[in-house]
Amino acid sequence: MFESISKSLDSVFSRFRKKGGVLTEENIQEGLREIRQALLEADVNFKVAKGFVKSIQEQAVGAEVLKSVSPGQQLIKIVHDELAVLMGEKAAPIQLNPGLTVIMMVGLQGSGKTTTCGKLAKLLSKQGRKPLLVAADIQRPAAIEQLRVLGKQLEMPVYTEEGGRPPDICQNGVRQASSQGCDVVILDTAGRLHIDDALMQELETVRKKVAVDEILLVCDAMTGQDAVNSAKEFNQRLEVSGVILTKLDGDTRGGAALSIRQVTGKPIKFVGVGEKLDKLEVFHPDRMADRILGMGDVVSLVEKAQEHIDQEQAEETAAKLLNNTFTLDDMLDQFRMVKKMGSVKSLLDMVPGMKQLTGGVAMPEDMDKQFGRMEAIIQSMTPRERTHPDLIEPSRRHRIARGSGLAIADVNGLLKEFKQVRKMFQQLGGAGGKMPGGLGGKLAGKFLPGMPGGAKKAKQVKQLKKQGKLLQVADPAVLRDEMKRAEKQRKLEKRKRKDKAKQRRGNR
Amino acid sequence: MFKKLWKGLAKTREKLTSGLKGLFSGGRQLDDDFIEDLEEVLYSSDMGATAVKIIERVQKAYKKREIESTEQVFEFLKKDLAERLSGGDTSLRRAASGPTVVLVAGVNGSGKTTSIAKLTKHFKEQGLSVLLAAGDTFRAAAVEQLTIWADRLDVPIVKGETGSDPAAVAYDAVEAALARQVDILLVDTAGRLHTQKNLMTELEKIRNVLSKKIADAPHEVLLVLDATTGQNAVQQAKLFSETIQVTGLVLSKLDGTAKGGAVISIRDQVDIPVKFIGVGEQPDDLEVFEPAPFVDALLES
Ligand SMILES: Nc1nc2c(ncn2[C@@H]2O[C@H](COP(=O)(O)OP(=O)(O)O)[C@@H](O)[C@H]2O)c(=O)[nH]1
Ligand SMILES: [Mg+2]
Repeated sequence: MFESISKSLDSVFSRFRKKGGVLTEENIQEGLREIRQALLEADVNFKVAKGFVKSIQEQAVGAEVLKSVSPGQQLIKIVHDELAVLMGEKAAPIQLNPGLTVIMMVGLQGSGKTTTCGKLAKLLSKQGRKPLLVAADIQRPAAIEQLRVLGKQLEMPVYTEEGGRPPDICQNGVRQASSQGCDVVILDTAGRLHIDDALMQELETVRKKVAVDEILLVCDAMTGQDAVNSAKEFNQRLEVSGVILTKLDGDTRGGAALSIRQVTGKPIKFVGVGEKLDKLEVFHPDRMADRILGMGDVVSLVEKAQEHIDQEQAEETAAKLLNNTFTLDDMLDQFRMVKKMGSVKSLLDMVPGMKQLTGGVAMPEDMDKQFGRMEAIIQSMTPRERTHPDLIEPSRRHRIARGSGLAIADVNGLLKEFKQVRKMFQQLGGAGGKMPGGLGGKLAGKFLPGMPGGAKKAKQVKQLKKQGKLLQVADPAVLRDEMKRAEKQRKLEKRKRKDKAKQRRGNR
Repeated sequence: MFKKLWKGLAKTREKLTSGLKGLFSGGRQLDDDFIEDLEEVLYSSDMGATAVKIIERVQKAYKKREIESTEQVFEFLKKDLAERLSGGDTSLRRAASGPTVVLVAGVNGSGKTTSIAKLTKHFKEQGLSVLLAAGDTFRAAAVEQLTIWADRLDVPIVKGETGSDPAAVAYDAVEAALARQVDILLVDTAGRLHTQKNLMTELEKIRNVLSKKIADAPHEVLLVLDATTGQNAVQQAKLFSETIQVTGLVLSKLDGTAKGGAVISIRDQVDIPVKFIGVGEQPDDLEVFEPAPFVDALLES
C-alpha cells in the first residue's frame, strides 16, 4: 500500500522520462496531483495539502532531473525534503528548569494523555529527574485511579484530591512538589473538546494559577482532517509549547502531524509507539516525512545519487574509455565514486523491488573490499605509471605490491583487468560491434555501476552514446536488466565450465 | 433525536466553515472552481479517496442533465450519500431467545467503555435488563471505570483482576447472563491497534468463548470508531472485521467538529453499517444512527 505513490508517480513520468531534462510546470502537473492525493490519503488536511503542493511546484519547476533517477523519484525527493523541513527542527527537548519544572498535558478525549503522563515521567526519571504526577482529570470515571496505578508501577508519587476543582488540584499539587523531593510536576488534565468553552476556560485558569513551563498537546496520530481545528484552538487558547503524537505504532500514515505543525507552528517533541511505559520516543522529522509519503527508500537513493555521482565526470570517463584514453587514474576515480556511494550492495538494496532481485543473483559481497584493494594498488603507482601502464614491468610490480601491502598476484590481476577493460572499450568504441559474450557487461557493470551491459545490442550502446547517456548510474530499470543479464551469463558460464569438465573427464 | 449533534455542530458551523459558505447556493457554475470547493467539503469530512468517486458521479449526472445547477448538486449528494449509508442490516441484532450478547471492540481511546455505558442506558430505557462484562483487564483502572458506570446505571457487572485472562471474564459473564436470564450482555474489551497480531488473536479468542454456551453469540459485534479518525478508520474496520466479524459501527465523538466521513469510505470498502453515534460523554449521549441528518451535517457548510 505504501509503495503505491512511487509506482504511480513513475508511470505518470514514464512519458516524460523519455524526454529527459528539466521539470516544468506542465510536465509535473500530473505528478503533483498524485502527490496531493497521497497526502490526502495520509490524512494531511485538505488546505494544508493544497498549500504544500503549491510550494512544491514552485520549488520543482526548473530543477534539472538527475540522470541517475527518474523524474518521479526526483520529485518525491523534493517533496520529502520539504516535508521534513516543515515537520520541524530535530528533537525539540523539554525545557527543564534547574529548580521546578511544571508540564501540563492537554488534548481531546481518548488521545492518550494519562498513559503519556506515565511515559514522560518514566523518561524524565531516567534523566535523573524526580517527577510528581498530578491527577486533575475529574471528568472521566476512574481516571484518577488510572494515574494512581501508573504511579505505583513507576514508584512515583501521585497527587490526588477528592472533590477539588482542577485548577486548585494543579495548584496544590505543584505546591506539594518540593516537599516530596520532586523537581518535575506533570499535570494530567481531562480530555475535552476544543469547542467546549467552559472546559477550555478551565485550562486557561490552570495556566493563570500555576507557572506552567510546558504545555504539551497530546494528539492521536490517526486523526484525520479535523486535526487542524482542534490543534489550532488548543494552541490559540493555551499557547502550547509542543505536541506529542500518540499511537504511532499502528499503520497510520500520520499526515495529521503535518497539519498540526502547520497550524500551530509548534514542534512535535515525542511520539508514542506502544502501550508500555517505555514506549515514548523523541520525534524525528525526516522519519515522519518518510512515513507520510511511505517511501523512505527511494528518497535515500535519490539523495545518494545526488550527493555522490558527478554525472559530468562519469560521462567524461566513458568518453575516455571509448576513445582509448582511459588511464589507471580514471579507474581510481571510478572506484572512489563507487565507494562514496556507499556499499554497492546497500545501494542496490535501496532500489524498490531490487532486494528480491539481488537476493537471487547474489552480488559479490566483497565487492567493496575489492574496490579498496584496487584503490590501494593504484595509489602506490607513480603518476607516470598510472597514465602509462605499459611501463609497469616486474620490478615495478614488486614495488607497487610492497607499497600497497598486497601480493604481486593482486597487482597483476588489476593490470590484467585494466587492460581488458581498455581492450573491450576499444572494440566497443571502434567497431561499435560485437562483444565477446557478455564480458563487457560484466566488467562495465563492475567499474561503472549500472552501465548497460556490453552484451547489449551495439545499436543501443551507440544510441546511448549519442544521447550522452552512457552512464545511467543506478537507474533501477537499467540495474535490473543488468542484474538479470549477469545472472544469465553466470549460469551460462557455469554450464560451459561443467561441459568442459565433462569433456576433459571423457577425454581421459 | 440528533438534537445534541445539531447543537454541537451549530456552535462550530459559523466558526469553522465560513469559507465554504454558499457553496451550494444559487448562481454558481458547475465549473472547475466549484468542483474544487466540493472536493474540499468532501475531503474535509474524512471520506478520503471516496471523494473522487463521488465527484465522478456528480459530473456524470451533470452530463446526463440529471443535475443542472449547483443547488441540485447538494440535493443529489444528500440522496446519494444517505442511500449509501442506509443499506444493509442497520438495526441491532437480537437473540431469538435468551440473552443477546454484544461484543464491543476498537482501538485505544475510541470510546468503547463510555459507549457501553450509553448502550446500557439505551437498553434499560427500553425496559431490558443488562449485564456488563469488564473485559478490559489490561489498561490501568479500566475495570474500575466500567464498575463506576455499572454502579451509576445500577446494573450488575462481571469482572476479573487486572491482568487476568479477558476470555475467562467473558466466559463467566455468559454463564452469569444465562443464570440471571438478562436480556442484554455487553462485553467491554481492552483497546488494541488492529496491527497488533497477538492482541487481535486474543480478541478472536474472546469472541469464540462467547459462543461456547450460547451458540449464536455474539449476536452483535460493535466496532467503536472515533469520529476524528482519518483514513486509518478503513484499516481498522477491515482488520477488526476479518478477526471478529464486525456487525456494526458506533461512531463516537460526533459532538466535536469532526464530520466522521470515514464511515462513508468504510461503507464503500468493507460495507459495515453505522448503528449508533456518540455525541458526548454522558450515558444519554447516544443516538441511533440516521443517515439523512448525518449527511446534512457532513455537507452543510
Ligand atoms: N466528547 C466525547 N467524548 C467521548 C465520547 N465517547 C467517549 N468519549 C471520551 O473519550 C475518552 C475515552 O473513552 P473510553 O470510553 O474510556 O475509551 P476506551 O478506551 O475505548 O474504552 C473518555 O474521556 C470518554 O469520556 C463522545 O461521544 N464524545
Ligand atoms: Mg475502555
